[in-house]
Amino acid sequence: MYSASDLRKGLKVEIDGDPWVITDFDFCKPGKGTALYRCKMKNMIAGNTMDRTFRPSDKIGKPSLEAREMYYSYSEGDFLVFSDAETYEEMRISKEFMGKNFYFLIEDSLCEILLFNNQAIEITLPTFIEKEIIETEPGARGNTATNITKPANFDNGYEIQVPIFINQGDVIKIDTRTGEYAERVSKA
Amino acid sequence: MNNIAQLENIKARLTSRAGLLRSLRSFFDNHGFIEVNTPTVISAPAPEEFIEAPQTGDKFLRTSPELEMKCLLAAGYEKIYQIGSCFRAGEYGKRHRPEFTMLEWYETKADYNQLLDFTAAMLKTAVHELCGSTKINYSSHCIDFSLTPETITVNDAYKKFAGISVEQAIEQNIFDEIMVDQIEPNLGLDRMTFLKDYPADRAALAKLNESNGHCYAERWELYLGGLEIANAYSELTDIDEQHQRFTTAARQRQKNGLSPYPEANDFFAAMEHGLPESSGCALGIDRLLMAITDADDIAQTCFPN
Repeated sequence: MYSASDLRKGLKVEIDGDPWVITDFDFCKPGKGTALYRCKMKNMIAGNTMDRTFRPSDKIGKPSLEAREMYYSYSEGDFLVFSDAETYEEMRISKEFMGKNFYFLIEDSLCEILLFNNQAIEITLPTFIEKEIIETEPGARGNTATNITKPANFDNGYEIQVPIFINQGDVIKIDTRTGEYAERVSKA
Repeated sequence: MNNIAQLENIKARLTSRAGLLRSLRSFFDNHGFIEVNTPTVISAPAPEEFIEAPQTGDKFLRTSPELEMKCLLAAGYEKIYQIGSCFRAGEYGKRHRPEFTMLEWYETKADYNQLLDFTAAMLKTAVHELCGSTKINYSSHCIDFSLTPETITVNDAYKKFAGISVEQAIEQNIFDEIMVDQIEPNLGLDRMTFLKDYPADRAALAKLNESNGHCYAERWELYLGGLEIANAYSELTDIDEQHQRFTTAARQRQKNGLSPYPEANDFFAAMEHGLPESSGCALGIDRLLMAITDADDIAQTCFPN
């Protein structure tokens, strides 16, 4: 258990069976009154936020969290299979849980998976990945502007906005944090 | 965190700090006060339910100079002030530091209302001398020290800003939460606000007033832009009542798992000798500087530590 005096921004706690991360923290103390530890927190599973104020005598749960490095292996029906970088133990994660990240998964890429009570609650992909554009309007030769964009598609159906000089068959770098185009890696 | 760039950054505020202290000292001097220095390392802090004195060896760092200054009052000093460091264990936030600078003063034959007028006049003068105007901007509020201060009782503030009576708030054990969330943010927004007449169980060392059928502590707190700046009382002079309050606080501390302090024998000897009718105020210099220089974190007002 944590004591109220352990609370600080970034600390992960367990409340009512859910893991929460403290996103903002302030120590308050009205004149001659009790110390109050005011927290804004975000539910690490559902994403909702709440404000909670603790007193010095309060005890706060410590969540059972584990971060594991895992390689993405293959997809199987509605699931994706990862294997632990150290033990090779396999873990199945639903495609639905992956959300948009699903489109940026590349075989054998190393991901960090955060587990709460042995269940995946967060996945962090490599910051940059490379993908080939399989479909887009022909590029405007010589136009190097990056602020004018057009839609392009990956082989997995994901549509991304790319600069107009990008051609079918080009390989581009994508920032997985934003899901946006970063730069061209090679030409077709 | 302490580097040269940081020290360069706070030069303007430290310069203001020096100006503020100069101005306050001169105001006290002009009003017949003498500056005193009582020990920072003490044997017996006043037991308080929610304030913890850091220990050093077999002694303590003072949380306020109150008991020692009251010994001076008992010895016949009539108008005294002190500026120095005070310490509170575990208090760390945007408005709190474990070490901070306190201005504390006492005047005999004055009550908390006279003290309120004195404080308002002093701050108006100090702000004018420091800023060349009686107006400051703090936390998006323009606060004018030349306006007549607002005074509001704790009872009225709870009704007005939280729609709950003080009695209900205490009964539901949410007095402090309401104070922080709903009362304080509304105080001192365009002028000084004095929140006064506290419930008896928040009296600390203030005298109780039992006239008009209800009992309250003759205590006020000053607010600027929602920030608590100072705390003042008509001082409790009754030795039996004083003993009782210390015993209650000590019992509460024990309940909260805090270790007991040694008996404040020197202080009680002074009380026995006789504490004259008086009032006193403790003002946070760093907090006042936050308001005057529009700092959103108390760390910006003093040497990085």
